Amino acid sequence: MAKKIVPCKVPMTEQPASERIHNYQEVPHGYTDEQAMEEALRCLQCAKPTCMDGCPVNVDIPGFLALTAYGDFRGAIDLIKKTNSLPAVTGRVCPQEVQCEGVCVLNKKFEPVGIGRLERFVADWEGRQGMSVLSDTPRPTDKKVAVVGSGPAGLTAAADLARMGYQVEVFEALHEPGGVLVYGIPEFRLPKDIVKREVDYVRSLGVQIHMDFIVGSVATLDELLEKYDAILLGTGAGLPWFMDLPGENLGGVYSSNEYLTRVNLMKAYRYPEYDTPVSRGNRVLTIGGGNTAMDAARTALRLGAKESIIVYRRSRAELPARAEEVHHAEEEGVQFNLLTTPVAFHGKDGRVTSLECIKNELGEPDASGRRKPVPIEGSNFFIEADVMIIAIGQSPSPLIANTTPELKTMKNGTVAADMNTMKTSKKGVFAAGDIITGGATVILAMGQAKIAAKTIDEYLKTGVW
Amino acid sequence: MYKILRKEVFSETVKLMVLEAPLVAHKAKPGQFVIVRIDETGERIPLTIADFDAVAGTVTIIFQEVGKSTMQMGLLEEGDFFENVVGPLGHPTEIKNYGKVIVVAGGVGIAPIFPIARALKQAGNHVTAIVGARSHSLLFWEDRMRAASDELIICTDDGSYGRKSLVTEPLREILEQNKDIAQVWAIGPSIMMKFASATTKPFNVPTLVSLNTIMVDGTGMCGGCRVVMDNGPKFVCVDGPEFDGHHVDWELLLARLKFFQSEEKQAIEHWKEHQCKTEAMLDAQTKAAQHG
Ligand SMILES: Cc1cc2nc3c(=O)[nH]c(=O)nc-3n(C[C@H](O)[C@H](O)[C@H](O)COP(=O)(O)OP(=O)(O)OC[C@H]3O[C@@H](n4cnc5c(N)ncnc54)[C@H](O)[C@@H]3O)c2cc1C
Ligand SMILES: Cc1cc2nc3c(=O)[nH]c(=O)nc-3n(C[C@H](O)[C@H](O)[C@H](O)COP(=O)(O)OP(=O)(O)OC[C@H]3O[C@@H](n4cnc5c(N)ncnc54)[C@H](O)[C@@H]3O)c2cc1C
Ligand code: SF4
Ligand code: SF4
Ligand code: FES
Repeated sequence: MAKKIVPCKVPMTEQPASERIHNYQEVPHGYTDEQAMEEALRCLQCAKPTCMDGCPVNVDIPGFLALTAYGDFRGAIDLIKKTNSLPAVTGRVCPQEVQCEGVCVLNKKFEPVGIGRLERFVADWEGRQGMSVLSDTPRPTDKKVAVVGSGPAGLTAAADLARMGYQVEVFEALHEPGGVLVYGIPEFRLPKDIVKREVDYVRSLGVQIHMDFIVGSVATLDELLEKYDAILLGTGAGLPWFMDLPGENLGGVYSSNEYLTRVNLMKAYRYPEYDTPVSRGNRVLTIGGGNTAMDAARTALRLGAKESIIVYRRSRAELPARAEEVHHAEEEGVQFNLLTTPVAFHGKDGRVTSLECIKNELGEPDASGRRKPVPIEGSNFFIEADVMIIAIGQSPSPLIANTTPELKTMKNGTVAADMNTMKTSKKGVFAAGDIITGGATVILAMGQAKIAAKTIDEYLKTGVW
Repeated sequence: MYKILRKEVFSETVKLMVLEAPLVAHKAKPGQFVIVRIDETGERIPLTIADFDAVAGTVTIIFQEVGKSTMQMGLLEEGDFFENVVGPLGHPTEIKNYGKVIVVAGGVGIAPIFPIARALKQAGNHVTAIVGARSHSLLFWEDRMRAASDELIICTDDGSYGRKSLVTEPLREILEQNKDIAQVWAIGPSIMMKFASATTKPFNVPTLVSLNTIMVDGTGMCGGCRVVMDNGPKFVCVDGPEFDGHHVDWELLLARLKFFQSEEKQAIEHWKEHQCKTEAMLDAQTKAAQHG
């Protein structure tokens, strides 16, 4: 019997824009048990669930939705966790509109099932119950694996390998584990308690996490290989890009990494209770159109900026950020200067005061398939602002590659790896996440880490490289 | 957690601490630095490794109290802990036999200069050291600097000890009298490094300075430490901290250092107010205890 289709998602309440720009709390409130069950019921339980093709880690979406619809939240979360070790995170930050929800059959005519929201719901539900006891007891092995970096890639691989019975140690350069999840993505989008819960879970599996340990300077990969049988590199893409424009080094011009690290990792939003300052600014301008740019522009409002302006060189349709982030930014009053390219920073007494820009029109599609911005001669104009944030992308830091001659890298600084096995050019060394793709997504990093964990297991069992 | 094994007070504002940090000590080389964080609410503070002992697993830091964080550090005692110590960071100094070299230190710059001078001397260089301090009471490690050099010249601003002059004066004289100086290191306040570089420029002697920019992570992730050289921007934490002073854009560097001044003042005020409250509270408690 054909099921009656409910066209729209069960609405999720959120903090009103006027209120939330004055605090750092999470924006959407999440579903209640009843709302979650009602939303999960919208799933048609397709025989060929297209939604799963859109999920890089193959979450059994109809399976967990059916369990959720019946109120078996424990069953739902256990099922998700079979393939996704960070559901509270991915439910919040996956670009669902181009992944699972984008290819849900309902999406053709109606709103897709709120897969991300429900994933978040069951993960948060579990968080409230306390951790589930692990059913599969690890078989002990004496093999040791070193995981470098504690972002989504490192945490996922560490968890999988620990569950397989390996002794896993994680080495993290910063003073807190989590990678971009703690230093980049702000609290109002991903509460840090959630990241902490995930990290605690990984620790509960017996994984040791060493902070303040910069691989490449405290120990090279070769030195690690003397003590560990395999290494997974999950060091991300931490090197911020600048534009090489005049005035770029004036005071008040930040990379998004610096701005967001000060605010999130160092908690400058709680300054002076916390010691690290950040310029709050009256008019803050952010250059770029990705998640990072949205995060920076929305953070600026919360730090007290009267105006927060985004400058992006293509049109709205090409904004690479998650749809929800763009939507939230617009609601909060972030202004968008589209089809605009910066040409110079101007300042006074060493501080930035305005950005000179040029207007673009859209030309032919470029290598990325997006229409290329073409500058309009003589259309220069100025935007005044006292803080400017450059959020145009980042690539992997050269630190490890520089100290490991055999590790092959590509032109853009990413480490070369076989995408089927995650093997690098150096024996015993695997890589996953932004270090091989450049800035991508949490879920892709996790997906690669899962493959890496599997091939590390094979390698350690067979010794065959 | 990283334990403070020893504390020495050089003056009211300059202090030395020996920290237990075996991983750092094991790898440290002259010219490198660490980043420390006092506690959960603390900043990440870059400090040069003034000395290290790989066998004992210790690193020595010497710091001057200039703002909230360094003042708070000054209150820590032997047996207390730093929450974080990370390093060694930055490129080590290139130590080899250059021939005749000069090392110039201003103020706490003695701390970073000392291990460099010692290593240069061990490598067979003839080392002339010029050390400058505002006054005699602010001078430290004279004996160590004497041992690490072939010749030691001390200057004070107020003439309370050694020669009454800035370090740039003897530096110019030596360069005028010796045409065979192969290289100069100058470490101290930015303004002193700027003038030391200007002094050596006419003589065309390569002059390495160790830049003290504002930093956050120290791993090349934020770009906050960027400095502009003749050949473009560089990150001090990973490309430096040593650079040829003749190619640094000093005006920009000095402007960037001033950037957080208003926030820094606020931090000190907030902290002092808090300190007073805590002290008042402790006082009250002590009194209550005495009466009770
Ligand atoms: C502001 C911002 C917002 C984003 N928003 C989203 C979003 O909404 N959705 C989404 O899917 N993706 C988003 N992303 C992208 C996503 O965060 C990354 O793709 C993902 O974190 C990559 O994971 P990773 O584990 O490869 O690396 P990272 O998360 O970068 O973690 C790498 C870790 O390695 C450590 N490390 C680096 N070098 C060393 C070394 N030499 N020794 C030891 N440790 C080292 C780093 O300190 C870091 O902790 C965002 C990124 C940013 C910057
Ligand atoms: C690679 C490196 C090595 C260093 N080594 C030493 C050392 O061995 N001993 C030592 O005493 N100091 C050293 N410094 C400087 C030290 O990091 C700063 O003095 C400290 O961060 C100031 O923190 P604060 O909160 O006490 O002062 P703040 O309140 O942050 O600043 C007070 C004043 O100091 C200036 N200032 C702030 N940060 C810096 C900085 N990074 N460099 C220079 N001036 C700054 C400010 O402009 C302000 O005028 C080093 C810095 C770098 C980058
Ligand atoms: S992990 Fe991401 S893509 Fe996969 S189901 Fe969850 S939200 Fe969708
Ligand atoms: S495609 Fe949509 S409706 Fe079909 S199973 Fe997946 S979530 Fe349910
Ligand atoms: S301190 Fe962040 S890049 Fe140098």
